[in-house]
Amino acid sequence: MKRFFKKHMPVVLFILLLAVLWEVGTRIFQIPHYIIPRLSDVLVSMVENSGLLARHFVITLGEALLGLAISIVLGTLSAIWIDSSSLARKTLYPLVVASQTIPIIALSPIMVMWFGYEIGSKIAVVMLFTFFPIAMNTADGFRSADPDIGELLRTMGAGKRELFLKWKIPSALPEFFTGLKMAAAISVGGATLGEWLGGEAGLGMYTKRAANMLRGESVFSGVLLLSAMGIMLFLAVLALERICLSYRKESKVGQ
Amino acid sequence: MSIKKGQPGEQGLERVAGASGTAAEAAATNAFAHSENNEPAGLSVSGLTYAFPGGPPLIEGLDLHIGQGEFVSVLAASGMGKTTLFRLLAGLLEPQAGAITIGGMNRKEQAAKIGYMPQKDCLMPWRTVLDNAALGMELSGTPKKEARQRVRELLPDFGLAGTEAKYPHELSGGMRQRVSFLRSLLGGGELFLLDEPFSALDAMTRVSMQEWLLQIWEQHRKTIVFITHDIDEALLLSDRVLVAAKAPVAELVEYPVALTRPRTYETMLSEPFVALKRQLLGHFGHAHTAASLEGGSR
Repeated sequence: MKRFFKKHMPVVLFILLLAVLWEVGTRIFQIPHYIIPRLSDVLVSMVENSGLLARHFVITLGEALLGLAISIVLGTLSAIWIDSSSLARKTLYPLVVASQTIPIIALSPIMVMWFGYEIGSKIAVVMLFTFFPIAMNTADGFRSADPDIGELLRTMGAGKRELFLKWKIPSALPEFFTGLKMAAAISVGGATLGEWLGGEAGLGMYTKRAANMLRGESVFSGVLLLSAMGIMLFLAVLALERICLSYRKESKVGQ
Repeated sequence: MSIKKGQPGEQGLERVAGASGTAAEAAATNAFAHSENNEPAGLSVSGLTYAFPGGPPLIEGLDLHIGQGEFVSVLAASGMGKTTLFRLLAGLLEPQAGAITIGGMNRKEQAAKIGYMPQKDCLMPWRTVLDNAALGMELSGTPKKEARQRVRELLPDFGLAGTEAKYPHELSGGMRQRVSFLRSLLGGGELFLLDEPFSALDAMTRVSMQEWLLQIWEQHRKTIVFITHDIDEALLLSDRVLVAAKAPVAELVEYPVALTRPRTYETMLSEPFVALKRQLLGHFGHAHTAASLEGGSR
C-alpha cells in the first residue's frame, strides 16, 4: 500500500492541482457556467442528481460491456481463422487492417438504420470501435508464436488441438491483452456515440440533452463519469492481464 | 594408456566425478525408466536427399546406419546441414528422396517417438521450470501430478534444485539448457537426437554434463545421435564419429572410437584419445584446404 502511494503520488497531486486551477480559474476570470462551470457546481450537480446519473451510468456501462464481449468473441474467432488458413490471412487480414482507415463515426448512423434506436445500435457501434483492435492484435499474437517451440511439440507427438492450446494460445495472450486494453478504453466512446445518434437513456444521451439546455455543470458531470468509466474498464483489463500473465511480473520489475 | 595425474584443474575434475556419483546414477535410472519398456531403436537412412526450395542440395543420396543402443556423433563445420539432417530425422522436414527407418518402422508410415533436443532451449516463457520439464510426459498422457513428481525428483541432479517455481527468464542460460535437456529425457522415446545440447553451457558444467550423459547411456544403451562441432566432445562420448567433410553431404566419413568404457574426463588425456583427435583434426584441416584450393568442386 505504501509503495502504491509512493508510485502514484505524483499523478494524484497533479490531478488535485488541476482541480484547484479549475475552481480558482473559473472564479477569477468569471467564466460563464455554460462554457466551463465551476468544479464545485459540477460536484454539487452530481450529488443532487446522483440517482439519475447512476441509472444512466449503468446503462452506458452495460452497452459498453456487451459490445466489448461480442467483440472479444468475434475478434478472437476471426484471429483464429486468419491464423489457421493462409487464404484467410491473404484475404481477411488486409481487409481488417485497411478497415482501420475507415472513419467509424461515419459508419455509425448506418448502425442506427440497421439496428434501430434501442440498445442494439449502441452495441453495434461499440463493436465497430472495439472489434478491430482485438482481432488484429490477437492475429498478430498467434503469428508471433515461436515456431521452434511448435516444432518441438510436434516431435513430442502433439496434435493440432494440443498445439493450439499449449502453444498458440499462451503465445498470443500478451498481444490479445494489448488489443483488449485499447478496446476497453474506447468502448465507452463507442457507447456514448451510439447514444448521441438516438437514444432514450445513458450518460451520452444525458450529456447531449444537458448541452442542448446549456447546463454546463450537468454536461461536465456526465463527461467526468464517462471518463471514470473508461478508466475503470481499462484498469479492470489491466488487472486481468496481471493475473493471466503473472509470469512476466518478475521481468517487469527488472526493467 | 597413460593418464597424466596432478594436472592443473584436477581438483575441479574430481568435484565433477563426485557429483556424478550414485545420486546421478539413480537420476539416470529414473530419467529413462519412463520409456523402459521400449526397445532402443536403430536408425537407417538410405538415399536421403534434401534441398531447401530453390537452393542447391544440402544432402544428396546419404546412407547412414546406426545400430540399436549405439552412441554416434555427427561432426561437421557450421552450415553443412547438420541441423537440417536432424530435422529430417525428427520428421520436421520432408526429404525429396530417400527413406528413414527408425526401429524397423518407416518414418512416413509411423511417427516414431523421438527425444529431440534442439540447439535453442525452446522453453515456454509462460511455464515454470517444473511444467516446462514435464511437457513431454504431459503430451504422452502421464497424469500431471505424476509428471510433476518425477520432475521434482530429478531437479537436484540437474543442478536445478529450488528452481521448480521459477520461469525461464529468471534462469541463467546454462540452467535453461539443463531444463530443456531434462524435458527431452522425460519425453520418452526410442531414439534421442541431441543437437549441440551442451554448446550453451559453461566449461565446468559442460564437463559434468558430458560425464553424466555417458553414465546414463552406459547403463541404458539408448540410441543417441549427437550433433556437435567439438571434436573432444564427440570423441569422449561416441562409439563412432561421423564426419561430414564436403557439401553437399553425400557420405559421412566414419571414425570408430575404440576407447574403453567407462570413460571419464581423464580419458581425454590418454594417448589413444590424442591420436584420434590428431587424426580428426588432420581430416578437417585437409578437407578445408582441399575445398578452398579446388573451389569446393571436389
